[in-house]
Amino acid sequence: MDETRSVKIQVRGLSKVFGKQPKKALELRDQGLKRPEILEKTGQTLGLSNISFDVYEGELLVIMGLSGSGKSTLIRCLNRLIDTTEGDIIIDGENIPTLGEKALLECRRRHFSMVFQNFALFPHRTVQQNAEFGLEIRGIDKVERRDIAHTALKQVGLEGWEDAYPNQLSGGMQQRVGLARALANDASVLLMDEAFSALDPLIRKDMQQELLQLQSKMQKTTVFITHDLDEALNIGDRIVLLKDGEIVQIGTPEEILTQPADDYVRRFIEGVDRSRVLTAESAMRPVRTTARSSDGPRTALHRMRDHSIDSIYVTDRDRHLLGLLEAETASRAIEAKAETITDYLTQDFRKVPPEEPLQNLFAMFSEKSFPIAVVDKQQRLLGVVVKGAVLDELARAGEQ
Amino acid sequence: MDIPRIPLGNWIEGGLNWLTSEYSLVTRGISRFTQTGINSLNDSLMWLPEWALLAIIALLCWKIASIRLAIGAAAGLALIWNLGLWNPMIETLTLVVIATFVAVVIALPVGIAAALSERLYRLIMPALDFMQTMPAFVYLIPAIPFFGIGSVSAIFATVIFSMPPAIRFTTLGIRQVPVELIEAADAYGATRGQKLVKVQLPLSLPTIMAGINQTIMLALSMVVIAAMIGADGLGSEVWRAIQRLRPGDGFEAGIAVVILAMLLDRLTQSLRKSRQ
Repeated sequence: MDETRSVKIQVRGLSKVFGKQPKKALELRDQGLKRPEILEKTGQTLGLSNISFDVYEGELLVIMGLSGSGKSTLIRCLNRLIDTTEGDIIIDGENIPTLGEKALLECRRRHFSMVFQNFALFPHRTVQQNAEFGLEIRGIDKVERRDIAHTALKQVGLEGWEDAYPNQLSGGMQQRVGLARALANDASVLLMDEAFSALDPLIRKDMQQELLQLQSKMQKTTVFITHDLDEALNIGDRIVLLKDGEIVQIGTPEEILTQPADDYVRRFIEGVDRSRVLTAESAMRPVRTTARSSDGPRTALHRMRDHSIDSIYVTDRDRHLLGLLEAETASRAIEAKAETITDYLTQDFRKVPPEEPLQNLFAMFSEKSFPIAVVDKQQRLLGVVVKGAVLDELARAGEQ
Repeated sequence: MDIPRIPLGNWIEGGLNWLTSEYSLVTRGISRFTQTGINSLNDSLMWLPEWALLAIIALLCWKIASIRLAIGAAAGLALIWNLGLWNPMIETLTLVVIATFVAVVIALPVGIAAALSERLYRLIMPALDFMQTMPAFVYLIPAIPFFGIGSVSAIFATVIFSMPPAIRFTTLGIRQVPVELIEAADAYGATRGQKLVKVQLPLSLPTIMAGINQTIMLALSMVVIAAMIGADGLGSEVWRAIQRLRPGDGFEAGIAVVILAMLLDRLTQSLRKSRQ
């Protein structure tokens, strides 16, 4: 992660006590007591304790934890649906816990859109009117908000459903409306509270992919809550791991998997520990297409286009790996009227034997985005490993 | 040892007397205003020939509800007309309409306020229990010194008696709006007013309509009883039949009340369904 990225939200020393004497609970907390003892002594629940983290501009930050970890409380503290007990939440220079009523409304309108676990669509409004809600609240005029909402609905693939009511839609479609309502609002931060947890697994996967696609286009700062490790690994740029109202670890999915901060994280990603025995072979996919050394650049480029890829591995007739051809280089070869592609290959990619431990592959991905080639001792190409496949494999191992 | 009797009745009477004398200007004003309202609504309904009003009501039933209700309404009203109870029926209808209107105008804001403020809720709910369980006749007694014998007193008593369900259902409807939806409205920066108008009221409308339906039914039962303090209408027909011991006349007027009640009930219920 680029450390120079600008910080969008700064959370510092945030705590939340549920109960009427929060000070007492915090005093005990400062004496080193934990949540259960504090509850027993004071009857106060320590929901969040001394939470500090940054949300960078444009990143997708996942806050992950089991139920009771405080993740829902945390996301609601960000836009102050729940009042905080102590600490600062600074967004663009404004400290949210100290805002007056009016400033808070203004801040919510400008900075936060929210997507909810159970969709929270308004049943008396059409899909279109639901998508317009945030804009309507802000007093944007009818014609303009209709256009904006229409664009947002188009983005989530709901064109043609404008006049339907939420109860006429499936769960997945309802959440698309929820997403469109958030996108139309065009606030600077998108809060997603277990947004896909109520969907069935297949639809959930689709929605995750779509969110990633939207994200790569729009680069919207997003805070995403989930209890699902698979989901967190799949979509998160970084993950904040919560337990009993405290942060256990903050890091990229790779860091969490490969360098768990403590036993809790280790147990949480239990089985992911098996990454030591998981190898490149287990995450390997067959190569969808390769080019032959005898192919001309046009043929190679054509194959890449057919499979929508930017680079292609080149082998000889016995599948010995010769090198990698990038689409750009192939175009240059065409301009130069080259007969074959052999002169245009690069060796600037990673190749590993099938028994390479999976965890070693993470570091390789951060260098280049090419798939990693898996070759046998004779340098024959067996398959490739893509980044998503590694995480998938680890997550699947974690579930078993 | 003799425990002295608590003079609760005396206190209440004293309070009522004080109210009557101190606020006679106000009560007289209300009285004149309401009487004018009653008279003009009565006059305009009676100005229409019977068959025309019957047709209008049947058409309304057809548009809002169903052809079945329209036929039923036409038949029922024709029977009332035939029995010579048309004018008393109109007088009763007028009282119900005005009493319901006043009750709803008061109940809506009170119900909304009670839904939004926990303290007000705790204050209002016992008051509603009191209003509903106090025997209806009792309201008739103070109504007379306030507004004199006649229709205005009837409306006063009726409003008090019939208002509680409208308040209760309004409060209930607003409180029933799912928390997530309130949260969603909050998250997008809605003000209290926006939340109320765009989310809470539209979602509680069916419940509020159910409350209004109850209010209409209670109002109808009360305006009949109010014949005892000189309200006109079907109730006074029943009252006269009792005094003369003529069960036939009594049942005729009673059946007319039943027809009117069913008509109003079905009509408001289907109004509620069509809104959903």
